[in-house]
Amino acid sequence: MTYVLIGNGIATIGAIEGIRKSDKDGKIIVIGAEKSPAYGRPLISYLLAGKISRDQLALRPEEFYDRSGVELRLGTTVDKLDAAARTVTTDKGETIAYDKLLMATGGTPFQPPIPGSDGPDIYNFTNLEHAQQLITLARDMKRAVVIGGGLIGLKAAESLFDRGVEVTILELSPRILSLAFDSNAARLAAKRLDEVGLSVRCGVSAKEIMRGDDGHVKGVLLTDGTFLETEVVVVAIGVVPNYDLAKKAGIKTDKGLVVDDYMVTSDPAVYAAGDVAQARDLLADENRVVPIWTNAYNQGYCAGKNMSGTSSPYIGGLAMNSISFYGLPTVSVGTVNPPDDDSCEVFTDLNEKKQSYRKLVFQGDHLVGYVLVGDIDQAGMYTAFIKFQFPIPAEAKEALIAGQPGVLLWPEQFIEDTWNPKSTPGA
Amino acid sequence: MKRVYPNRECCIGCHLCELACMTAHSESKDLIIAYTQEKNEQGLAPRKRIFHKGAACVALSCRHCDEPSCIAACISGALHKDPETGETVYDRNKCVGCWSCLMACPYGAIRRHPLESKIVKCDLCKGREGGPACVAACPNQALKYEER
Repeated sequence: MTYVLIGNGIATIGAIEGIRKSDKDGKIIVIGAEKSPAYGRPLISYLLAGKISRDQLALRPEEFYDRSGVELRLGTTVDKLDAAARTVTTDKGETIAYDKLLMATGGTPFQPPIPGSDGPDIYNFTNLEHAQQLITLARDMKRAVVIGGGLIGLKAAESLFDRGVEVTILELSPRILSLAFDSNAARLAAKRLDEVGLSVRCGVSAKEIMRGDDGHVKGVLLTDGTFLETEVVVVAIGVVPNYDLAKKAGIKTDKGLVVDDYMVTSDPAVYAAGDVAQARDLLADENRVVPIWTNAYNQGYCAGKNMSGTSSPYIGGLAMNSISFYGLPTVSVGTVNPPDDDSCEVFTDLNEKKQSYRKLVFQGDHLVGYVLVGDIDQAGMYTAFIKFQFPIPAEAKEALIAGQPGVLLWPEQFIEDTWNPKSTPGA
Repeated sequence: MKRVYPNRECCIGCHLCELACMTAHSESKDLIIAYTQEKNEQGLAPRKRIFHKGAACVALSCRHCDEPSCIAACISGALHKDPETGETVYDRNKCVGCWSCLMACPYGAIRRHPLESKIVKCDLCKGREGGPACVAACPNQALKYEER
């Protein structure tokens, strides 16, 4: 059995671990476009901020690949997938045959069509190379403009600011973090950034990136007519699934590569996982592209198990983010911006002074989402109610709303099966 | 693998397991010093957590799950499975304190270090003679350390 895994991020790490759970002998070949072994992509903001060094980036110990019997082809891209012949051809001219293929090609940064964006001084901050370049530049750089007030944009901004760069964040929506957080949490985060000295401008975007005669960026003209001087523009508006290779090979795509509950695409020998995949979502009960770290690992792991013959359905992804803004921790899980109708019941507890916030979203007798800012210590205990989809009786609901979730609120039998089983416990 | 299994029927909520845990993870290995000094000065914290609800209580810590949510969530590679023992191992030096594991673990087995951007999690008292200190300290056989 030969497994070929395209992409070398967290989904592929999951897949290697999933495959090796049952198949200790099959050949695994990993093809990665970047030159380094798999690293924690979110760590690049820590690297840029100077909080960690390069040698702390690796996701697994050095011996991991050897021990797992993985052949690495790094700095290599796949030019062609021949699904009928079950081969891939790399940019180095090598053709590799597979029995099972994993597409873990991730996402490509979305580049909005802003005039002047072609040329130097524009960065995305989604890979190590860009982080390294920004670290070098930050030594002499005075100002930077970050386009996009989502998680990546804010972390990029914070890290550059830590390097002594004056940063302005531009967010087209009326508020930052519109996807992952609700307005209260976003306001607390914005306040924190403001206190530190980062400039956040909402409701405006870049109309044009202006360049000097030498071709370098001089500044950004905004939609409200103002002009911001800057030497560098970081575009962080999100990523789109990188599925062209599979699409050209005739594999079914929608928003991403569509997979069934066993992570199989429309081609039975081809699996997909991570930011490229459109897989089952636990709460939506439909397939979605949810580019979330944990989902990527879990999908890769699930794909790996199924590729190696252990039939194991994917329970579905759950959007979750844990991120701190200058020491203000925030967690957001599941549905946090429910539709403005009667379908959900929302409970909030906000203390602006203490910079703490809790929001719970119930649908019927189920918890479907929550946000915590400041005091996040109970986070996992709320996640349990969403993940295990327990019906929540009135008494338990009261406890959750009061900020006191706990294991003893679970159904009795589940507590026993989980914590004190007669035989080896499951996952 | 051997794991610590809590039995609600026997737990009396005395918190002795927490104290034993703190002592086992202290520098001094002395309960009084651990509790009065190391707790305050170094943020020494127990890896166990006691849940109470009315008269019911149970003492919980990391389950060392077969397929742990914390490992899936870890962005830094600080959490991984020991391929030999099956334990969920935490590498403090790699941890960046992003709290993703704390968010993802549905068992509430991970807590923040009180002073540093690190987590605190059960390591089954690795290297301790006689196995996990919590089990040894339990006065009512509410904690069992065994293969199941």
